[in-house]
Amino acid sequence: MIGLDTTMDTTAHDGTIKERPPTPTPRLTLSGISKSFPGVRALHNVSLSLYPGQVTALIGENGAGKSTLVKIMTGIYQPDCGEIGIDGQATALPSAHAAFGHGITAIHQETVLFDDLSVAENIFLGHAPRTRFGTIDWRTMRNNAREVLETMRAGHIDADARLKDLGIANKHLVAVARAMSIDARIVIMDEPTAALSMKEIEELFLLIEFLKSDGKAVLFISHKFDEIYRIADRYTVFRDGEMVGEGLLKDTGQNEIVRMMVGRNVDHIFPQREPKIGAPVLSVSGLSHPTEFDDIGFELRKGEILGFYGLVGAGRSEVMQAIAGITRTSRGAISLDGKTIAPKSAADSIEAGIVYVPEERGKQGVVIGLPIFQNVSLPSLARTSKSGMLKLAEEFSLARSYTERLDLRASSLSQDVGTLSGGNQQKVVIAKWLATTPKVIILDEPTKGIDIGSKAAVHGFMAELVAQGLSVIMVSSELPEILGMSDRVVVMREGRIAATYDNKGLDAETLVRTAAGIAA
Amino acid sequence: MKNFLKYREIWLLAGIVVLIGLISTRFPGFADPANLRQVFNDTSILMILALGQMVVILTRSIDLSMASNLCFTGMVVAMLNAAHPAIPIPVLIVIALAVGLVLGAINGFLVWRLNIPSIVVTLGTLTIYRGATFVVSGGAWVNADQMSPDFINFQRAAFLGLPVLSWIAIIVIALFFLVMTRTALGRSIYAIGVNPTASVYAGIDVGRTKFIVFCISGMIGGLAGYLWISRYVIASVEVANGYELNIIAACVIGGISIAGGIGSVGGAVLGALFLGIISNALPVINISPFWQMAISGSAIILAVVLNARGERRQGRIILRKAEAA
Ligand SMILES: Nc1ncnc2c1ncn2[C@@H]1O[C@H](COP(=O)(O)OP(=O)(O)OP(=O)(O)O)[C@@H](O)[C@H]1O
Ligand SMILES: [Mg+2]
Repeated sequence: MIGLDTTMDTTAHDGTIKERPPTPTPRLTLSGISKSFPGVRALHNVSLSLYPGQVTALIGENGAGKSTLVKIMTGIYQPDCGEIGIDGQATALPSAHAAFGHGITAIHQETVLFDDLSVAENIFLGHAPRTRFGTIDWRTMRNNAREVLETMRAGHIDADARLKDLGIANKHLVAVARAMSIDARIVIMDEPTAALSMKEIEELFLLIEFLKSDGKAVLFISHKFDEIYRIADRYTVFRDGEMVGEGLLKDTGQNEIVRMMVGRNVDHIFPQREPKIGAPVLSVSGLSHPTEFDDIGFELRKGEILGFYGLVGAGRSEVMQAIAGITRTSRGAISLDGKTIAPKSAADSIEAGIVYVPEERGKQGVVIGLPIFQNVSLPSLARTSKSGMLKLAEEFSLARSYTERLDLRASSLSQDVGTLSGGNQQKVVIAKWLATTPKVIILDEPTKGIDIGSKAAVHGFMAELVAQGLSVIMVSSELPEILGMSDRVVVMREGRIAATYDNKGLDAETLVRTAAGIAA
Repeated sequence: MKNFLKYREIWLLAGIVVLIGLISTRFPGFADPANLRQVFNDTSILMILALGQMVVILTRSIDLSMASNLCFTGMVVAMLNAAHPAIPIPVLIVIALAVGLVLGAINGFLVWRLNIPSIVVTLGTLTIYRGATFVVSGGAWVNADQMSPDFINFQRAAFLGLPVLSWIAIIVIALFFLVMTRTALGRSIYAIGVNPTASVYAGIDVGRTKFIVFCISGMIGGLAGYLWISRYVIASVEVANGYELNIIAACVIGGISIAGGIGSVGGAVLGALFLGIISNALPVINISPFWQMAISGSAIILAVVLNARGERRQGRIILRKAEAA
């Protein structure tokens, strides 16, 4: 009877599992893992197995508990109950150091790196090569760093550069390099492609293929199904902290997985819009920066979504930060509604009606440590206060209305944003700037890390905003998003505008070629 | 109720109650309301100063020049009073606030415009302001007999059962509470301390806000200057020498994180009270100054350890305050 019970257990979930996949011995098994935070049950009785030479995709909505599990596997969190086995041996991972010792390495969703250290130091922090005297062997460290970067085809990153001088994608590559620098047996990647454009994603995939052929067990977390189907062999689906299905990807269709994950059918079609495009709202001409971009000129019209595409590092974010008053320009003019503006700070441009929703959520977006409602109201304090005094009720209603629109999953608006899942933090960031009721909103990678259902909500909201006469600039590295949402697309390459296209019959290939500078 | 116990201030308050209880066993009558009122009055100046320091520390800065500012401003108002006894005290207080404001603005300007770390700036002005006191006074003292009776008695006058000094402290505490919990400025101060980069993106002028907090701490230093001089009735270059460390200690004991972003008005006030009780009451019960120092020092370390643990387990305390508000 008991034996029967356990088999029932693994197959009972909605009948989603057709067969037990043929199983080599798993490298890592988690079983019956539960983890609660005050007021939240993040994981309940979940299990997961990782196999050598295979990639397992972990799939689930924002807040499903994926990152929490990653933190348990890397010894950062301790599970409330459950078992962890490595090569069939029951083990405990009481600290990050212990996980390290078992050859478990992870690229976390919110990268934890040190801005003021060099690339090499970041890669080898905690396991730097030593000299005979026990001091750090700087030369070997630098050489090893170069080697690791080289094998990842990221040789363009200077091992001696300060981390803070790198763009976000390169920082990400450094995080990958850090994971690679350890002789790992189990590699975990929590949304590693979120900040990368196609070219870098391809390189990352080559790397994953290499890891696979090298016999490593890989866990891959992503919200993008095309990636999952390309790179992964197996899948495990979480919903609301429970394991709802697992199996081989080749036997399972995307719709089926989405149904497991959301509990209903979602087909992500981009919203049908009938764009009513009016007069130019924002025009930029000859905008230049000493080192980042040159001679940028474009026009954004009322009710328009203008997509900005390019490879990572093409200077898109830098241009947007200049328009938003965060960085200074050396030349050029910006005018809004026909009036020239020269924003000297983000406050100036917010005042004028231009807001920039930054890309680096953790650093530039959320104020971790403040509750959700205070995060949302932060750029709108002038509006939620009266003669200098804050109106808490208004702050709350502002926060409530915008976060509800974006389908935020939180137990209360007074919760610290730091306790939200990555995707839900992103929703808070978008809500925060939308709440300033701008004329022009610049979204930098708006759906980064957002699950399929919520992505549709964000896109729907964007469509609604432009229908109301707002104008949107959308910087995105995701081609489907660019093609599905934009009215026109500006392509940037190496700090300059390479081309501007009307999004009529535009195809992905043209964009990629223009972005990479390859003639058709 | 469980939430209630999460407030760090509650634990500090409990610590103070225990301390008072312990002292009462040696010194009956210490816990009498009349005596407690006295303790509050004795600690008023430190409480005010700790609040001024708190807003600075919240923005990840520090003001080491507060005690020197106090000394300089105290000297200026004392000399003014000696030379022109007719100037009414409220006017002198406004002058003290203004002089303090100027000194604070100098700090703030250097931090804001020249981007010099505040610890460096105020380490410099710590010496400069004390030196300036020597320059304006020529090294001379202003004694009690040179001060007008009004100058000395203003803060001692009783009003509704409390000395004016206590009322001034109460008003300052109330004002800080209002600013920190209910105004955009207070919110910006916390946001800057927690995440300066995100604050810039949210349109908060970080430099200007830092300038404002130094102006606040300067004004507080000036106000405390008048209160200190008229309380101890002597103005000299030596006044409050080294007192900046007491102010910072009060903040740390009160749970204000030196890393910025965490801390509350209640915490600063209780931290000052705790320190005030130790330094005012222990001598009375014949505890040697060395033991006093050891006790204050242990309290600081204990506070830091408890706060660090508290932060790790339950997030930041101020947030729950805002939630309750
Ligand atoms: N430190 C914490 N304190 C309280 N709650 C937390 C904490 N960390 C995570 N949670 C909660 O646990 C749940 C799972 O979060 P987790 O980060 O694992 O989600 P996720 O699946 O990685 O989502 P995403 O796709 O958005 O990254 C969420 O409800 C989140 O709010
Ligand atoms: Mg996550």
